[in-house]
Amino acid sequence: MSRSANPSHTILQGGRLVDPSAGLDCVGDVLVSKGTIAAVGAGIETPKGARVIDCRGKVVMPGLIDVHVHLRQPGREDEETVRSGTRAAVKGGFTAVCPMPNTEPVCDEGAAVRFLVETAQDEAHCRVHPIGALTVKQDGRALAEIGDMVASGAVAVSDDGSSIQSAGMMRLVMDYVKRFDIPVLSHCQDDSLVGRGVVNEGFVSTKLGVPGWPAAAEELSVARDIRLSELTGCRLHLQHLSCAGSVELVRQAKSKDLPVTAEVTPHHLFLTEEALLSRAYDTDLKMNPPLRTADDAAELLRGLLDGTIDCVATDHAPHAPHEKELEFELAPFGTTGLETALALVVTHLVHSGRAGWGHVVAWMAHGPRAALGLPLVTLTAGSPADITVVDPEMGWTVESDCFESRSRNSAFAGASLRGAASEVLVDGRLALEGGRVVDL
Amino acid sequence: MLANRHIIDIEDLSADEIAHVLDTADAFAEINERPIKKLPTLRGRTVVNLFLEPSTRTRTSFEIAAKRLSADAINFSGSSSATVKGESLRDTARTLSAMSCDLVVVRHAFAGAPRMLAECMDGCVVNGGDGMHQHPTQALLDLYTMRSRLGSLEGLRVGVVGDICHSRVAGSLVPALRMVGASPVLIGPPTLMPAHPGALGAEVVTDLDSVIGELDVAYMLRIQMERADGMPFPSVREYARLYGMNRARMSRMRDSAIVMHPGPMNRGVEIAADVADSDRSLVLEQVENGVAVRMAVMYLLLGGDTGE
Repeated sequence: MSRSANPSHTILQGGRLVDPSAGLDCVGDVLVSKGTIAAVGAGIETPKGARVIDCRGKVVMPGLIDVHVHLRQPGREDEETVRSGTRAAVKGGFTAVCPMPNTEPVCDEGAAVRFLVETAQDEAHCRVHPIGALTVKQDGRALAEIGDMVASGAVAVSDDGSSIQSAGMMRLVMDYVKRFDIPVLSHCQDDSLVGRGVVNEGFVSTKLGVPGWPAAAEELSVARDIRLSELTGCRLHLQHLSCAGSVELVRQAKSKDLPVTAEVTPHHLFLTEEALLSRAYDTDLKMNPPLRTADDAAELLRGLLDGTIDCVATDHAPHAPHEKELEFELAPFGTTGLETALALVVTHLVHSGRAGWGHVVAWMAHGPRAALGLPLVTLTAGSPADITVVDPEMGWTVESDCFESRSRNSAFAGASLRGAASEVLVDGRLALEGGRVVDL
Repeated sequence: MLANRHIIDIEDLSADEIAHVLDTADAFAEINERPIKKLPTLRGRTVVNLFLEPSTRTRTSFEIAAKRLSADAINFSGSSSATVKGESLRDTARTLSAMSCDLVVVRHAFAGAPRMLAECMDGCVVNGGDGMHQHPTQALLDLYTMRSRLGSLEGLRVGVVGDICHSRVAGSLVPALRMVGASPVLIGPPTLMPAHPGALGAEVVTDLDSVIGELDVAYMLRIQMERADGMPFPSVREYARLYGMNRARMSRMRDSAIVMHPGPMNRGVEIAADVADSDRSLVLEQVENGVAVRMAVMYLLLGGDTGE
């Protein structure tokens, strides 16, 4: 079957079909007809002219979504674009991404959202669901035109990258956003406690002689926003939790049935501040929020396993090498994540026996869509044909020089992983084939 | 010879190597007493003082040390901020390496910069102070000064007083004291303590007067108001009252006990003027010894042999 052919039928044969929302975990076939799943079951007859994808030994699941990425377009196209970022996404097994609004200029009005939507129509390899800003220029002072952004296609709002410092302003924002029935995505950070902090405050900050960033700076802000969600009734999604105290606060909020959801990144799950002792001043380990202790990472995992944390999101943060190679305190925060997240989860949690494939679907497909109020994508007839096929045994080493992303900064460079996306279908289109991104 | 090519953290040296540096410095201290203070030892070697943060005393000390060993010493000043200077530190390092510099002394406003420099160049790197991290030659000259006055370092009770959390001097001195068998204690208000004092390997005391009588050395740190985000104590007056070294406090110290300060001093804040000028204050000896210790460091790093 040639790559350019785009048959109207595709059949995924003999894979292990996993979708807990459909009670599915068995070997079978999936028939895709144009952009929709036409049938799911055993021994589905192959229509004439259909593209056949042999999925034996592989896991077939609903398409993954990353609700926290930075595509850098417009403004920093040297670091990432809609095209390169979505290539990285499908390479990593995702069928949809949610780009944060901290671009240059900030995505804080309808026209900016429409620019992204239109750019995605021409350039994107997967679905792009834009996130609008909460406040004009994300400076925490004046409400952005959220209604215009929602009408233009924004699925949620966030001042990610900066954090609204005034509780009064956050309350105003949440009161207003409630009207649109979308969540506020909150990057929780009390600047007065963070100061110039660049790593977790404690042993490592003292040892390295760099300003520390206490966990309390996140926890206070998480507590504030949960309380404001209770006050306003606005849906709240907490971004990239990094510390044990935050998990406990979310657990309490959920026990009160508050409309609160949360995400965790692979780097906060699988790396700790200890990495900065063996890789001293390695700016690829400089994150916001910072890598925390082993106890924090253990509690984040516990929270993910018990459902306190709803999803894994990457906070994919591409940066130009000349900026990331600066002195530690001057370098920007963040790591890329789209091309490593799934493999990290599979390697560390599935192959280790700590989680099953159903968890992967829950954390990377259903959980994040539910958190943002997006329709679920399922392995059932009638669902959009957004499908991720994983080769669970594919061993590979993270080589950032081989990324689809335009940027090379990865906290996991050199890591040996097992498991990789082999095929991705987006709206029925084969976007990844045999582990290679299919050109548009 | 030293095992490491660079001295970036004090831990780059072993306890034996620290002793070796101090012994070597003894020989150079004697040279510094002579009318003609120059040796041909490092003739033809190039030493660059890369000072990307304002400093006069440390840079001068290194420059004198290099010149007394007949090295060609070049001063390279600038700003720590790449955006101001327009060239990254990595490029600066590669540039110096391309010019075949044998040893670079680097002073930088941000922790980790000397390590970055060392990764990008062939010559030796000596950390002349990086951010709030370390300042290893200061620790060496302080050990040398203590040893000169008090004989042995083993078991010495050394109180390091003041702004520990912003101090690269403490960052090197405290581990160095542990390595040579001394017993450091960090003394200051909790607002000036590092997040995890255990990382430096020392106990913490917040009341100077409770330990003053047991100290062999009171090491007074400069209060670095310019580094603090918001005042970490209510007033200079209150700080001086609780943590300043004055006559009354000094009189409660052991007869043999000494007072040290890395300079520049804030007279009347962490150290009273009459204490600074007293014969128990070793502030000028520290400066004097700094030259000999830095000569020893350069000599040993550039392949010197102490065998006469």
